[in-house]
Amino acid sequence: MSQPLLEVDELCVDFALPQGTVPAVKRISYRIEAGETLALVGESGSGKSVSSTAAMGLLPDLARTRGAIRFEGEDLLAAAPKRLRRLRGNDIAMIFQEPMTSLNPLHRIGRQIAEVLERHRGLRGRAARPRVQELLEQVGIPEPARRIDSYPHELSGGQRQRVMIAMALACEPKLLIADEPTTALDVTVQAQILALLKDLQRRYGMAILFITHDLGIVRHFADRVCVMRQGELVESGETAALFAAPQHDYTRMLIDAEPRGRKTAVAEDAPLLLEARDLRVSFALKKRLFRPNAYFEAVRGIDLSIRRGQTVGIVGESGSGKSTLGRALLRLLDSRGDIRFDDAALDGLDASAMRPLRSRMQVVFQDPFGSLSPRMTVGEIVGEGLRVHAPELGHRERDIRVQEALRDVALDPAMRHRYPHEFSGGQRQRIAIARALVLKPEFLLLDEPTSALDRSVQATVIELLRDLQRRHGLTYLFISHDLAVVRALADTVLVMKQGEIVERGDTETLFQAPREAYTRELMRAAFLDDDAA
Amino acid sequence: MTSTPTTSAASAAGDSLGREAWRRLRQNKAAMTSLWLLGAITLACVAGPWLTPWGLADVDWNAFGVAPTLDGGHWLGTDANGRDLLTRTLHGGRVSLSVAVVATLVSLVIGVLYGAVAGYLGGRVDNLMMRFVDILYSLPFMFLVILLMVVFGRNILLIYAAIGAVEWLDMARIVRGQTLALKRREFIEAAHALGVRDRKIVTRHLIPNAIGPVIVYVTLTVPKVILLESFLSFLGLGVQEPLTSWGVLISEGTDMMQTAPWMLLVPSVFLALTLFCLNFLGDGLRDALDPKTR
Repeated sequence: MSQPLLEVDELCVDFALPQGTVPAVKRISYRIEAGETLALVGESGSGKSVSSTAAMGLLPDLARTRGAIRFEGEDLLAAAPKRLRRLRGNDIAMIFQEPMTSLNPLHRIGRQIAEVLERHRGLRGRAARPRVQELLEQVGIPEPARRIDSYPHELSGGQRQRVMIAMALACEPKLLIADEPTTALDVTVQAQILALLKDLQRRYGMAILFITHDLGIVRHFADRVCVMRQGELVESGETAALFAAPQHDYTRMLIDAEPRGRKTAVAEDAPLLLEARDLRVSFALKKRLFRPNAYFEAVRGIDLSIRRGQTVGIVGESGSGKSTLGRALLRLLDSRGDIRFDDAALDGLDASAMRPLRSRMQVVFQDPFGSLSPRMTVGEIVGEGLRVHAPELGHRERDIRVQEALRDVALDPAMRHRYPHEFSGGQRQRIAIARALVLKPEFLLLDEPTSALDRSVQATVIELLRDLQRRHGLTYLFISHDLAVVRALADTVLVMKQGEIVERGDTETLFQAPREAYTRELMRAAFLDDDAA
Repeated sequence: MTSTPTTSAASAAGDSLGREAWRRLRQNKAAMTSLWLLGAITLACVAGPWLTPWGLADVDWNAFGVAPTLDGGHWLGTDANGRDLLTRTLHGGRVSLSVAVVATLVSLVIGVLYGAVAGYLGGRVDNLMMRFVDILYSLPFMFLVILLMVVFGRNILLIYAAIGAVEWLDMARIVRGQTLALKRREFIEAAHALGVRDRKIVTRHLIPNAIGPVIVYVTLTVPKVILLESFLSFLGLGVQEPLTSWGVLISEGTDMMQTAPWMLLVPSVFLALTLFCLNFLGDGLRDALDPKTR
């Protein structure tokens, strides 16, 4: 039997925390042959990144390992740190999720790539330069001769990830570990990076261990898939076979977790709830004394109307101005242009004139960790709106309303005395929804409410939002970069690019027959047209 | 959605953050010991001078520079002028501790509010407020003290005012920095969307979340203030004989270190003990006020 490139054999990793030992990975085994792509799939906390971190010898000191990880027959867990340093970057290379923070902002990118060459190939200074330039060209950085002297902040997220890939490739590794390499990127950029990885894999003949939570990517990218859950390997197999006939319930659930269902459109003559005409938002780029400020226009003259009971979806990549638009509609940002809510003009209202309206239009944010104050109990967080808008309520009545709201989002009202950090991401998002609902609003701005959540949790939150809309007759403005989610929830969709709306239409028509090239590109990148791939 | 982390009986009863924090502080042995010790030192400084047989300025003509002894009544010895060291140390503690408490409170109240408001409002207001801080920074401290002396005459309250006026500047900067980072968080934006008034956003959302660094800085301010007072007294701008403070006693003790080491050791032990306790207590408070460390 031929020797696999990497073999993980009965690996167990425990974290010895002060509170006791927590198992992170429980007796998992998998192998990667030279040149193939293996995907490790799992939700957050499933331990999918632990085995690769162990292979790189980068586990924290608290970790206790058993079992073996063999790279070309050599046990990495038993290897000396010096030997591991020789392997890292040379035979095994790694790229990380966060391209924004994984490059040192103080050094030119050329130098950061050259550092790998210096360490493993002994190439110094000028000698390394041609190779670095070649690498930058291979990963598709435009004008490599000029970009070699750029600092990380001069590059976009996708370009930085390309630089990370160039660093990883510098010594032509046999194994590339890619830990969620595209999660922080826009869909179109994600598609480009994946294509680049595939192309480089063919050219260098390296194996890729691809770690991700996104089954959609895996389907088009990996040869074999291992599904992990709570530290255990629940299923593995050839990609096509696994997707065609998933054996384990969990795998089936993950595949099915793609949001389903469609929203039925509201009647044509439903009254208008929110309307904007020629809405513009600009930010001062540079404040200058005595001279006019330089402005960047994030939202460029958008018309929009939302009828009662409707869900309007706004899709676009990061920087398209979609969140800015949402905030401007709620008057959280200054804007120009008319905004009418239920036939009352909002534009030009100051904070105190706006206050009575606030209870009728609420917002749920993307980050369930950042949107709840860590030093307030859940009850205080949910009840805060009532203090503002219903100050006549006594302590008891407020408490009753808070409990109602928590029950509404399927949380146990007994939890209201706890602090946000004790809850999972999905639960926190429910708390944020409860905070908005306690005021019984008519309009809810949902700014990427499911983007930070695992797929399976996402599905339950979408179900909840749908249910709440039915029961309370809510109107949603749903902002997302995730086309699948928007398709499931919205009855009208706007596609935004660079502060402008490029296409609008009712959801089914737009998804079936997109008119604009940009919309088509977005959809192709999101792998929504499965047959074409 | 079944993950239910451990919850304590106390939190299920719906306690306020304050009571909850107190419960957690009580579990911290180092902090509680420090709290008791601090209490004991404070009590001794307040009540002690009335109980000791000697007055602050009483000279025992039979005992000049006597080492600590159990008989003869001078338990911690006397200084070179024959004054009881225990009495003087406890008296000095009154001055040092009250300067520390007042100046720290001033820096806490003014600094935290000023910094939070400047950071929260941002823009031009922030610019103006912080430039004002910079101007105060640039005033030489000694110049300020001498000026106050000239205008108001010698008074211990002036020391409080002068130290307090300088100490809040650092605090304002620290809190402003924290606020700038915090105000971009989404929970602040959510509060805006709820229509919460600015004043409430600052007091309910910003300040509680900036409390960690504030407490750490307070535990650093107290020793700084005590030493600053002794420096002023040393220059003759602070407390005057026969009144004394720990700083003054220590500087006197340093002169006599060779012949009468207890004159240095006694006030130093009191000061060091107090500062140790404050540090442990500060750490304990910071942890107790952070819901995450439960």
